[in-house]
Amino acid sequence: MAIPIRMIKPWRPLTPEEADKVAGNLGVYQLANDAGEVLYIGAATGRSLFGLRGEIQAKAAEPPEGATQFRLEVNTSYRTRHRELLMVHQFDNEGRLPPLNPEADGRGLGKISPG
Amino acid sequence: MDLSLSEEQKMIVDQVRRYVRDEIWSIEDKLDPDTDELDPDDFARLTAKTEEMGLFGLDIPPEFGGPDIDIVTRTLIAIEMSQHRAGLYAPCYNTFGGAGLAQMFEANEEQREKWLYPTLRGEKKVFFGLSEPSGGSDPARAIQTRAVADGDDYVINGAKLWISNADRADYGLVFARTDPSKGRGGVTCFIVDTDTPGFHVRRIVHTLRSARYATELQFTDMRIPKANILGKLNGGFSIANDRLSRQRIPYAATCIGVAIKAQELAIEYAKIRETFGAPLASRQAIQWMLVDNECDIRAARWHTLEAASKAHNGEPFRMEASIAKVTASEAGGRVVDRCMQIHGGLGVAKDMPFERWFREMRIRRIGEGPSEVQRHVIARDILGSSLR
Repeated sequence: MAIPIRMIKPWRPLTPEEADKVAGNLGVYQLANDAGEVLYIGAATGRSLFGLRGEIQAKAAEPPEGATQFRLEVNTSYRTRHRELLMVHQFDNEGRLPPLNPEADGRGLGKISPG
Repeated sequence: MDLSLSEEQKMIVDQVRRYVRDEIWSIEDKLDPDTDELDPDDFARLTAKTEEMGLFGLDIPPEFGGPDIDIVTRTLIAIEMSQHRAGLYAPCYNTFGGAGLAQMFEANEEQREKWLYPTLRGEKKVFFGLSEPSGGSDPARAIQTRAVADGDDYVINGAKLWISNADRADYGLVFARTDPSKGRGGVTCFIVDTDTPGFHVRRIVHTLRSARYATELQFTDMRIPKANILGKLNGGFSIANDRLSRQRIPYAATCIGVAIKAQELAIEYAKIRETFGAPLASRQAIQWMLVDNECDIRAARWHTLEAASKAHNGEPFRMEASIAKVTASEAGGRVVDRCMQIHGGLGVAKDMPFERWFREMRIRRIGEGPSEVQRHVIARDILGSSLR
């Protein structure tokens, strides 16, 4: 069975308390505003200290502008999944990256047109 | 067969070995353990170095501007280039350049101008679209993608699976059935621009190879001019087949390179790691694993260089290439597995390269024709002829 292309996990409040509950696995995550608009797509990579928990804790300590929620997916294929989520976001948003992702995240990204 | 290296080969091997140790290892320590890409500045700097070494564009024929490297030397280089964490699928992070696709050298002059030369200049990227959801091991029969002539065009409908780089490519080689009444004689290779209406990358396929994904493609009433046929109408299978045989030699060589590096790390570790008051290297269980590794590596190296030597001398080498591919991919898996065992917990952690090699090496028994297909090729050859 194929992994759903778009992340469908429930949103959770971007607070230090909620971040502490996250496990330290590798994976990918999204940050969104109150309306559920995705602002940032990140990954806990092999070099992340404390995996997803470390990444979310850092974001919760100093939330990027407008970010109030997060959701995540534990995934050892964090690199390819991160790219996939960025490409799907571009497909859904006329080629734009999430507003808080740096331009460099678009480097080398492919184009997909999910059916 | 004489496996001793010429003075020139020794010099090149030494040059590449130093490059891997001095340039690649130091950068790799700072990268994500699963990446297969360098920072653009590092890539540009290292590419300039390989150009300086006269080894950039290794697989480009000299008439197209590549260095004049014979296949035996190319195999020796491949063994050296792969001796690092990303080495199995991204030897030296591709800083020795790519050739695009060997099939494109069969293109006519007009096609070369439009696709091949820009690819060699690094301006265009290409993908190879052969495997389909119906199967990849027997492409001659499994290809269901249809191309139907309509005026000056062919209209292509169908799907491809396990295709690398299609989402990033400017064009690709797509194999489609142009004559359903013929098996392998009814397949044609088309050059397809990825901005053609009806070309879709439908999804990403995640695999054990976490640095890079495959894709699934769909073609819906995709119109391709007849001028885009590569080679001859209904001549696609021989184009695909040529790649499949030739590719097996460097494919085998990179498995050997990784196995050599894994063995080197395991030997070092076995000498310094102590258990119950003595180094691991003093334990027979560990010694035998290291010995089995050495036997596996040397056998695989012999078979691969034999295949390369036959190809170099213009002798038939299909069976030898299959033997090399089976031997090296299976031996490589065993070696990495044993080295992981010797390293214990450290062997499965991302701190060390073994877990990546373990995952990626598993793919090697399937990619470029699975072990069973290689054995089928070998069996056909040995049973089809009398004792030699």
